Amino acid sequence: MNDFSDAFIAAFSLLIQLDADLVEIVALSLTVSLTAVLSAAVIGMPLGAALAIGSFPGRRMLIIAINSLMGLPPVVVGLVVYLMLSRSGPLGVLGLLFTPTAMVIAQLILVMPIIAALTRQVVEVLWAEYEEQLRSLGATRWRALPTLLMDGRSQLLTALLAGFGRAIAEVGAVMIVGGNIDHATRVMTTSIALEVSKGDLALALGLGIMLVLIAVAVNGLSWLIGSPGQDRLLRSKRGGGYGRQQYPAARTR
Amino acid sequence: MVDSSILPLELDNVSYEIDGKRLVKNVSCCFEAGRSTLVIGPNGAGKSLFLRLCHGLLQPSSGLLRWRGSDGQTGQRQAMVFQRPVMLRRSVWANVGYALSVKGVSRAEREPIINRVLQCTGLSRFEDIPATRLSFGEQQRLALARVWALSPQVLFLDEPTASLDPPATHQVEQIITAIQSAGTRIIMTSHDLGQVQRLADEVMFLHRGRLLEQTAAEQFFDCPQSDLARAFTRGELLWWHRKNPLHPPGISKEISR
Repeated sequence: MNDFSDAFIAAFSLLIQLDADLVEIVALSLTVSLTAVLSAAVIGMPLGAALAIGSFPGRRMLIIAINSLMGLPPVVVGLVVYLMLSRSGPLGVLGLLFTPTAMVIAQLILVMPIIAALTRQVVEVLWAEYEEQLRSLGATRWRALPTLLMDGRSQLLTALLAGFGRAIAEVGAVMIVGGNIDHATRVMTTSIALEVSKGDLALALGLGIMLVLIAVAVNGLSWLIGSPGQDRLLRSKRGGGYGRQQYPAARTR
Repeated sequence: MVDSSILPLELDNVSYEIDGKRLVKNVSCCFEAGRSTLVIGPNGAGKSLFLRLCHGLLQPSSGLLRWRGSDGQTGQRQAMVFQRPVMLRRSVWANVGYALSVKGVSRAEREPIINRVLQCTGLSRFEDIPATRLSFGEQQRLALARVWALSPQVLFLDEPTASLDPPATHQVEQIITAIQSAGTRIIMTSHDLGQVQRLADEVMFLHRGRLLEQTAAEQFFDCPQSDLARAFTRGELLWWHRKNPLHPPGISKEISR
């Protein structure tokens, strides 16, 4: 029990002192996961929206495929990416194995289906509401696509957060393709796994606390942005978002 | 606008069916330029479907619909206001701007147009607030501002005042009249006979998917040609019998007590 409380105290002192190793690991984790989520969003959101409003052969199959990919086991993704990127694999010439890029690729594959599938749901509901109006205004499906993404922004943010949650908490795939190399590809989850097996509970706990803090911060942020009338991020004068003024006093409750 | 009129619109024996049920039956009519037409009839008569067919949101199952003056660009010159306006989740200003941007109006040209239509519909002071925060009546006015900005040659309106109170209805009617005097052909559905008398030059009476009458408004109210239309204008429901009445005759008194 004493070991345990000692570990907690050591963990907090690492956090407070902003231990160099810890900062490096956290920074790499955030960089890898954010890059993966943003690239997944760039691919997944238009894909999801296209699946929602498009009508093309194979659409239903694609939807089923994307939905099933949401539950991909990370270690399997890690294995496949490993085989692709390894020296003898088809993409071996790129020399990406055991680099942060390889980790981004693995996380991208894990996160993209989640973002695409959730986007499809959001956009499908919106399209049912908007279709007549947008067609009446003369918008084609392809013109409607960015409009629907824009108007579904608060729900889509939730999709992004779900993706980020999966990416940052992921161990198996990044362990396999990144190799958990110190100062190169060591991220929070892989080092927690390593430190626990080494018995260095302090660093493991410190990183664990950081992970939880990040999760709380991300959710707090989403709540701030998502709550009604708080669309602060998207305010711009006469742009896509809401305008500059506060609402007239007479209209507030 | 320099381009020529897309009117008249001609419907030749147009029918529309869903799952084998014919909901609009053999409608033939013609909309000439320069008047306002109100399409009336009881609920379920096919008024909304009829407007959507004319607007091009639905394709007729059979029959022919053609814009005689058109060069194929009809969609660009007609617009529609729906019974429940769909507000984009952005500011009032941006809602009008969106309609113009879809039409390909350049950013610089948009601003004066948007300012003008918001002023004309009394929405200028709301320009920066989210459109979804407006009251229902204000949203309907915004929907009108949005189509007004497009200066369509033909404007379809599907019961635009259906759930509005009298003052809001009055405002909407004024806007419709203003749009009409700016040169837009109005084709509108309604089941408010007072409104029909106020706005219509011409009345079309639909019943169970059939066009029973298309006449000048005064004539329609003075001496309707069909007995169904006569019953409708008097507010009688004589022509409508439920096969199994909810309450057999004679029981109604006891229920009301």
